[in-house]
Amino acid sequence: MRRTSNGRSVRLLWGVGLALTIAMVCSVSAYASNGFTGAGSTWVYPLLAKWSSAYQGSTGIQVNYQSIGSGGGIAQIKAGTVAFGASDMPLKPEELHAAGLIQFPTAVAGEDLIYNVPGIGPLQLVLSGPLVAQIYLGKVTHWNDPAIAKLNPGVHLPSTYITVVHRADGSGTTFTFANYLSKVSPEWSQRVGANTSVAWPTGIGGKGNEGVASYVQRIPGSIGYVEFAYILENHLNGARMINADGKIVAPSLQGFQDASAHVDWKHAQDFYVILTNQAGPNTWPISGCTWEIMRKSAARDSNQDVMRFFAWGFEHGQQLAQAISFGPLPSSTVTAIKAYWKKNLGYSL
Amino acid sequence: MSSLDTAARIEKGSAPANPKSSGKPWRLSGDSLFHTAARLAAFLVVATLFATVIAIALDSWLSIKTFGVWNFLKSSEWNPVTSTFGAFPFIIGTLVSSAIAMLLAVPISFGTALFISEIAPYWMRRPIAGAVELLAAIPSIVYGLWGLVVFAPVFGQIEPWISNTFGVIPGVGVLFQGPPMGIGMLTAGVILAIMILPYISSVMRDVFMAVPWSLRESAYAMGCTTWEVAWHIMLPYTRTAVIGGMFLGLGRALGETMAVTFVIGNSNVLSSSLLMPGATIPSVLANEFTEATSRLYLSSLIYLGLILIAVTLVVRFLAVLLVRRLANREGASS
Repeated sequence: MRRTSNGRSVRLLWGVGLALTIAMVCSVSAYASNGFTGAGSTWVYPLLAKWSSAYQGSTGIQVNYQSIGSGGGIAQIKAGTVAFGASDMPLKPEELHAAGLIQFPTAVAGEDLIYNVPGIGPLQLVLSGPLVAQIYLGKVTHWNDPAIAKLNPGVHLPSTYITVVHRADGSGTTFTFANYLSKVSPEWSQRVGANTSVAWPTGIGGKGNEGVASYVQRIPGSIGYVEFAYILENHLNGARMINADGKIVAPSLQGFQDASAHVDWKHAQDFYVILTNQAGPNTWPISGCTWEIMRKSAARDSNQDVMRFFAWGFEHGQQLAQAISFGPLPSSTVTAIKAYWKKNLGYSL
Repeated sequence: MSSLDTAARIEKGSAPANPKSSGKPWRLSGDSLFHTAARLAAFLVVATLFATVIAIALDSWLSIKTFGVWNFLKSSEWNPVTSTFGAFPFIIGTLVSSAIAMLLAVPISFGTALFISEIAPYWMRRPIAGAVELLAAIPSIVYGLWGLVVFAPVFGQIEPWISNTFGVIPGVGVLFQGPPMGIGMLTAGVILAIMILPYISSVMRDVFMAVPWSLRESAYAMGCTTWEVAWHIMLPYTRTAVIGGMFLGLGRALGETMAVTFVIGNSNVLSSSLLMPGATIPSVLANEFTEATSRLYLSSLIYLGLILIAVTLVVRFLAVLLVRRLANREGASS
């Protein structure tokens, strides 16, 4: 008797569970049918959040972007659970092809070194790529080192110890920074290299831009690297840099856009180009970019949804981007992206 | 065990006597529904645990295959660029930061618990106990931010004194040298100590309160001081529970993520000094998981998680062993 009732209740519980699961699955798919979902880079999140709310206002289509990190974004798009993924580090063309993916850039931005040296204000300090590499390799350890003094005549440099601060979390900011150092310092490229997280020879790690900035503000004699937008918002001490043309430049949106203007996007396979250390008199040397990734085999409707959204952003989202220190792509690059879509997917918008 | 079995047998015996379940088999009785739900809940917890461990083991398989077990444990190289991974600095960081936390938190917890249960006047006991327990209610991210913004700068002012005082002692001096940054292994240990203090002290307080009054009063009557009562009567009486409370705190310290990430300095380079930055297994996971872009990298991070589970299990096992040995010795001596 008891056994029967027991068996029944188990079956009933399973039934209830199943019904709940089905209800949940249905509600999720109902939600998704109003728009589409993307996932990935946290760096591009402010931009996509602005774009998607404006896009919903003008078209009624909801773009749901989850900033779970580039690694997660790549995994999700490979698994086909999202309509697009976003990564701060481009995938190599061979990896893209092997996984049946395509990628294109979204916007440009840049980063700069910040410092806490008593008596030296914003933009007073001038640094060069090789010098920054020496500091981050632990070779230049004091602020009055002749290598720093040579670039900063007339600036009083104290004998303070240099505390190197880097990002502790994996990030596109680190990838761009380490990629730049790899280009300007053979020793960096051999010993450290570039990735979203690297084996730092020296220094302490802060979590996020805010972690790095708070360490730098707190520790006298420290140096760190953060996104330019973060420097602007928080009025931090940013340095000027010597670019690939040998000119001393201050960071600016124009400088980031100049970096992308000097890239031959049309001939770069799958847009696999890093914007660091590009030529041009006003080019900012530590410029970066973020990429969106799509699946070739995804449904045509889904891919076209994504393409329409980004085409809209390239055209109508420029001011929104500039307001939060993201540089819009030049129109020649947008044309190249549209041609790339047509060529790789076989259809356009 | 035996008492549980009896209880189960009694339950089984009484179930068919329930008129509802025997009279109308198609109707669900509240009793059997409750049984099933309880069984399902217990089963679900165990199944979740096993499923988690299996999933973690499967996901770390690529890394286990590539680096092996021993090599991964002893290698200090953690380099995402060359895809070479080793866990040694993080295992050491986890153990050292937790050890510092225990060294600081256990004596303070003992003092707090003793004060509340023995020394403080009655009207003061509840508010103090409540305040200590409130420490456990603060989210760990708040501890992390507080540690970074408030505690680290103050600690940075104290650090020169620490390295001047302890740094010159031969032998242990090497532990206290380095530039005063206010963040590092020692800072992480102190923050962890504050975080685990409420757990240890509330267990200690509860068991101290449970010591029979007759025992304490006879000791006091014999002329014992409060310290002698605490050390010779209360502590031996409550030993196993006190150790249990300590390991509860240790378990929390080993797995703490956010607060540690903020103040430990996050350096993968192993340093001999406690004032220098370091990293723990949870802090590395928190930092690098989201942007781990290659399969081997991700797999190695998950492998670290597997090692953390193993470390926790070993600590747990040692705690049980210690408690059992103490219980045996007590049995032999009495």
